[in-house]
Amino acid sequence: MENPYVPYPVRIDDIEVATEDKSLKTFTFVFQNPGDEEKFAYQAGQFAELSIPGVGEIPIGIASSPVEKGFVKFTVFRTGVVTSHLHNMKKGDIMGIRGPLGNWYPWEKLENKNVVIIGGGFAFTTLRSAIVYMLDPANRSRFKNIDVIYGARSPGMLLYRQELFDWEKRDDINMHITVDSTDDPDWKYHTGFVPQIVEKNAPVADEDTYAIVCGPPIMIKFTQPALTQLGYQDHQIFMSLENRMKCGIGMCGRCNIGKELVCKDGPVFTLEQINQTPKEY
Amino acid sequence: MKFITIDKKDWAGGIDKSRKTYQVFGPVQDENGCQIKPLPPDVYPLMDAGVTVMSPKSVLFPQTEKMLTATLDETREDHHVMKPVEKEDTPRVVLGIRPYDARAIQLVKLNFDNPDYQDPYWCKAYERTTFVGLAVTHPDPCDFSTSTGCGPFSEEGLDVLMADLDDRYLAKILTQKGEDWAGACGFDTEADAAESQALFDILRKEAEKNITASVDTDRLSEKSILDLHEAPFWDDVAFSCINCGTCTYVCPTCWCFDIQDETKHKTATRFRNWDSCMSPLFTHHASGHNPRGSKVQRVRQRFMHKLKYFVDKYDQGIMCVGCGRCVASCPVNIDIREVCKTMNNYESK
Amino acid sequence: MDTCIEKIRTICADLLAKGEVQKVIGFGEGSIPMASRPIAVTSKDDVEKLVFNATCGLNLANYVADAMPKEGKLAVVVKGCDSRNLVTHMVENQVSRDRLYIIGVPCTGMVDKRKIADLFEDEITEFTEEGDTITIVSPQKTETVSKQDVLRHNCQVCTHRNPVVYDVMAGEPVEEQSLDQPYADVDKIAEMDPEERWAHFQELTKNCIRCYACRNACPLCYCPTCFVDESAPQWVGKGQDKTDINTFHFLRAFHCAGRCTDCGACVEACPMGINVRDFTRKLNKDALELFGWEAGLDMEKRPPLDVYSPDDPDDFIK
Repeated sequence: MENPYVPYPVRIDDIEVATEDKSLKTFTFVFQNPGDEEKFAYQAGQFAELSIPGVGEIPIGIASSPVEKGFVKFTVFRTGVVTSHLHNMKKGDIMGIRGPLGNWYPWEKLENKNVVIIGGGFAFTTLRSAIVYMLDPANRSRFKNIDVIYGARSPGMLLYRQELFDWEKRDDINMHITVDSTDDPDWKYHTGFVPQIVEKNAPVADEDTYAIVCGPPIMIKFTQPALTQLGYQDHQIFMSLENRMKCGIGMCGRCNIGKELVCKDGPVFTLEQINQTPKEY
Repeated sequence: MKFITIDKKDWAGGIDKSRKTYQVFGPVQDENGCQIKPLPPDVYPLMDAGVTVMSPKSVLFPQTEKMLTATLDETREDHHVMKPVEKEDTPRVVLGIRPYDARAIQLVKLNFDNPDYQDPYWCKAYERTTFVGLAVTHPDPCDFSTSTGCGPFSEEGLDVLMADLDDRYLAKILTQKGEDWAGACGFDTEADAAESQALFDILRKEAEKNITASVDTDRLSEKSILDLHEAPFWDDVAFSCINCGTCTYVCPTCWCFDIQDETKHKTATRFRNWDSCMSPLFTHHASGHNPRGSKVQRVRQRFMHKLKYFVDKYDQGIMCVGCGRCVASCPVNIDIREVCKTMNNYESK
Repeated sequence: MDTCIEKIRTICADLLAKGEVQKVIGFGEGSIPMASRPIAVTSKDDVEKLVFNATCGLNLANYVADAMPKEGKLAVVVKGCDSRNLVTHMVENQVSRDRLYIIGVPCTGMVDKRKIADLFEDEITEFTEEGDTITIVSPQKTETVSKQDVLRHNCQVCTHRNPVVYDVMAGEPVEEQSLDQPYADVDKIAEMDPEERWAHFQELTKNCIRCYACRNACPLCYCPTCFVDESAPQWVGKGQDKTDINTFHFLRAFHCAGRCTDCGACVEACPMGINVRDFTRKLNKDALELFGWEAGLDMEKRPPLDVYSPDDPDDFIK
């Protein structure tokens, strides 16, 4: 019987400070045992439990994309016991990863559709995974228009900055990068909160357009009405939720919202599904 | 179906014989009440105890259990690699488990053994445990097991079902595991199957008549989750609750757990411990956000899970076997039977 | 003992009808024999739900801070020990005097439910109280006992049966006990040699399931995050390791030192009936002998472990 609590051993291959205030770091992990990377085959939208022996585990969205081979990347915000410990670790350190866990963005539904990706702050991690997947030459033709609206407090707080600017130059994706405010006179992109940019720049809905939204509760609260105004129906809006987790495999019982377990029935839900659950998230 | 008679004079001797094969568990009495515990060599189960304070779920799901371990000694090649802890694999037998507790184990199995994931610790413990049940001939006042899909003579989840006939036990062998246990004890006096079943039926009907407590659950599945969740009665239900973990820990169908890492010198161990949705930290995010930060939200969660979410998710009835332990042990006398009635009868405007 | 319930109900009906208080916290009837439960009443029509008898062993001061209405006053029914916890709450700024309407009930003690259950081999189906006489019925037999013979231990050694602070008393004051050796139980443990004493405490907590009913039923335990729940740093493990279990109990007792009124709610709440008072009573005795202090008797003074006087004779801190 397989033991779903045993993590795959990984080595920290690279650590990059992801934001100007150093509160987020992007970790690149390499699997130690041959064959584990194949076992870990994942889809964009899933998460994994990063496991540090003697310290604990944390559920983090996978930021790398299934089309990127040889490593996996996670961007982690320092906020508690385990994340603080992780932020103090070094290249070459050994730890574990359990997963992939949860469901993923509904790629079957998104075939031949326009996709609008809306992200805020450091919730952009799995959205990066989705974008890299879609832009990969093997996949791009499966999707129609791709629009991305991503915002952070300031330019230095945007994740994956260089990649964002590179994507902005492409003509097979429409980037709407925004910051809440900036003193940088050379800032070339938008200024304004994500919901406002959505209102102005997101494509009007039709039955072939889906939106994927990922962000802090406050951003979601104001983005939802903006999308509704543009005509998006509840079943066309996908959201990735968070909750406190421990096992990640639907057994310890703590991450439920109503009868849905965020780690197993989610974390990706349609707004239609979320509206049928109690607001305990 | 096979029935055997066990003369009570032979009971202790049979148990002793079985100790060669099994680690024996059963009810024992101490200053704090009656509990199911592993029985040392000269201790025998208390077979006429009423409901035990704690349920036998701890035989398969100990309150604290080591799961994984790793060495932090960086001179070792496998440092920081977590590995499962070796568990002993002695077969176990739980003597005198009540039918409602056996059904509870089947309900808990839905959680730990499902098509997507299997919990190896729980599942392996389940596989090596034999459940020798004792029918409830004198139901406790809080026993409402007949309302929850089992009853005093229910056979679900048992390997043997015994009825106490004063000077002897009449035991119905239900599975191969039960057969093996009887063999290990040397209990081999067969009884006439038809007569025995007839006697069981009579005793069952009598016992069921003695169950006075009941709940109505017939309208729970037709209600909407959101209607029940937003109902106005939760503040009243939750007022006296002190958010301890008593109800969840004594309950045989509660399975929530926490995972904790501890280090000692150069060894890291990952444990799991029982956890309770009543605890304020249960859903507390590292950011400080807590979706169930208030007492009434947590109390509502417990009853919604037991009496609604589980009903909708698994279609096996309510997540309660009517043992009455939470009713007897709750420090502030919150009664699940009253809450179930309120929920079952609730009509939203 | 006149259980004062009629008077309590009249007082509450009056207070609620006149709008003098928004809410009353008292006891209501339980759903099983020998049980009662804390309830909140907000309408004069519901005062019949209130009861008061020898099963009302919990401490309602525990509910006061959280149940305080946004405006107006909260009435609460308190026994002698409970009223002392209200004093401690006020001294410690958990609640202010002008928001409370205290209904004091002179108390001649609460019954030890486990002691009564032990008189029977089967389950109790009826429990009735008639003055000082208690009648308990089970399918096998009926027992009649005098309440004084089945009192909880903390009630047997209680010297503050009358509420020390109140807006109204729901009955005539009762005679206070005077005892020769109120701390005989503590002395017994103190006289054990260290090994015996260690074994005593191990035996005491062997069935503890870390449910925290004792802590949550205690009015003194109101910390937003209890020390056992802290994670940065984590002081105590959360499992069944005996050291962790003992640390919880010993340390909680120390946090209650000089504040505990021996109301017995902790033992009453414990699903295992563990006498956790073996931890707290030693510290109560020490507070009395070292500082002349009993909790909850003075609205002007803070408990001894809360204060420092420059004249303190002990010079270790200098």
